[in-house]
Amino acid sequence: MTLKEVVKILDCQVLTGEEELDSEVKVGCGCDLMSDVLSFIKPGALLLTGLNNPQAIRTGEMSEVGAICLVRDKQPGDDMVALAKENGIILLTTSLPLFDACGRLYQNGLVGHSEYKG
Amino acid sequence: MPVADCIRTAWWAILSIKDEVGVGVSVGEKKDITKVQELVYEMKVDQVMARDIITVSPDDLMSKLRELLRDKHISGVPVVRDKRLIGMVSIEDFIKCLAEGKMDSPVKDRMSYDVETLYDNEPLVRAVEEFNRLGYGRFPVISRGDGNLVGIITKGDIIRGLLKKMEIDYHEEEIHRYRASHFFEDIIADKTTLIFQYKVVGKDFNRAGETSSGLKKTLRRMGMSPKIIRRVAIATYEAEMNLVVFTDGGEITAQVTPSEIKIEVVDEGPGIPDIKKAMEPGFSTAPDWIRELGFGAGMGLSNIHKCADVMHLESTVGKGTRLEIAVHLNDKENRASEEDS
Repeated sequence: MTLKEVVKILDCQVLTGEEELDSEVKVGCGCDLMSDVLSFIKPGALLLTGLNNPQAIRTGEMSEVGAICLVRDKQPGDDMVALAKENGIILLTTSLPLFDACGRLYQNGLVGHSEYKG
Repeated sequence: MPVADCIRTAWWAILSIKDEVGVGVSVGEKKDITKVQELVYEMKVDQVMARDIITVSPDDLMSKLRELLRDKHISGVPVVRDKRLIGMVSIEDFIKCLAEGKMDSPVKDRMSYDVETLYDNEPLVRAVEEFNRLGYGRFPVISRGDGNLVGIITKGDIIRGLLKKMEIDYHEEEIHRYRASHFFEDIIADKTTLIFQYKVVGKDFNRAGETSSGLKKTLRRMGMSPKIIRRVAIATYEAEMNLVVFTDGGEITAQVTPSEIKIEVVDEGPGIPDIKKAMEPGFSTAPDWIRELGFGAGMGLSNIHKCADVMHLESTVGKGTRLEIAVHLNDKENRASEEDS
């Protein structure tokens, strides 16, 4: 699924990486525990999280996620947006809650880690 | 070969590879061709066009063109009023005017109003098609946003733009290929170790991750394999979080040799009472404020263990903790995964 489709399905606001929305995410992950994310997320995945602090970006940086989407209308601080920009991480926000956001993406064909082959 | 011939040859090359890859090209050539194909679709007109444009006003006299055409070696000039393109006046218009002896007539009486243009955000492939279809030497470029004239584009601009982009991309790829192994091959010594040291500030949650980020970028610049870098980055980040959360700060040292990356994390307290228990996934002594920030779920040490080839943890309560991990660079598995990536 391209990030453009993600933005459309979740009605996202794009905070960084507007010019890279043609890139593709093959697997999704909804999680607020960063250590869990670090232990199993695949490189290039879409991370949906309610965790609105710079460590969400750091976690994304270390585990090389494709993009991060903050749920439930959380607006990140300037420091967080700057950190995302500095590390080339695409940052989105949606007003949907975590479960709903994951559900809609799954319904549209984006698999989770249990089904992902690759 | 004269410049004009070079441009003509390069142009035909672009035209032929834009449409399809010929039969019988070798794999190497095929890769380059695909790159040009990609680029003509990817790059936009405004990335290659000339922005520094010479224009005339419709009320200027034709005699003004004499110097412009001669000094600037151009064969046509856009006619502009209030930044808007209203037409073009060419060397043919000028010669005709000269023959008729009407050099004091204004440009607006002699120019052509019906001008083909391109938009600044159109892909190059469209410009190539238009050059080919209409046979013009240049197109004025209009901003899709405000409708103003923003540049002018020739076939030469397209070729130069493509070559420049290919050179940049190629250069980046070269840097990427300059892997750590080569880095070490260039050093003449019996034994080589690179040491990177970092200080971690305790309890400063906002700065947590700076060390891991710095180490990660450094290893990437050295050209280490992405899979190795990711393992080292995740393990170091978890260790760094532990320093930030539980201690008043400490030191992280990375030692890189041709065969392994060794990370040492040292702090001066409070120490871990039961290491075996601390290693269990899910066991945590983290305070609530840390859990609220998305950490402290008891996965840190087991994550580190998962990423490392060797892990050694020693701790004395009240004194401090020393964690040492190593990621091997020359294992068969690593080499195989490097080839995959």
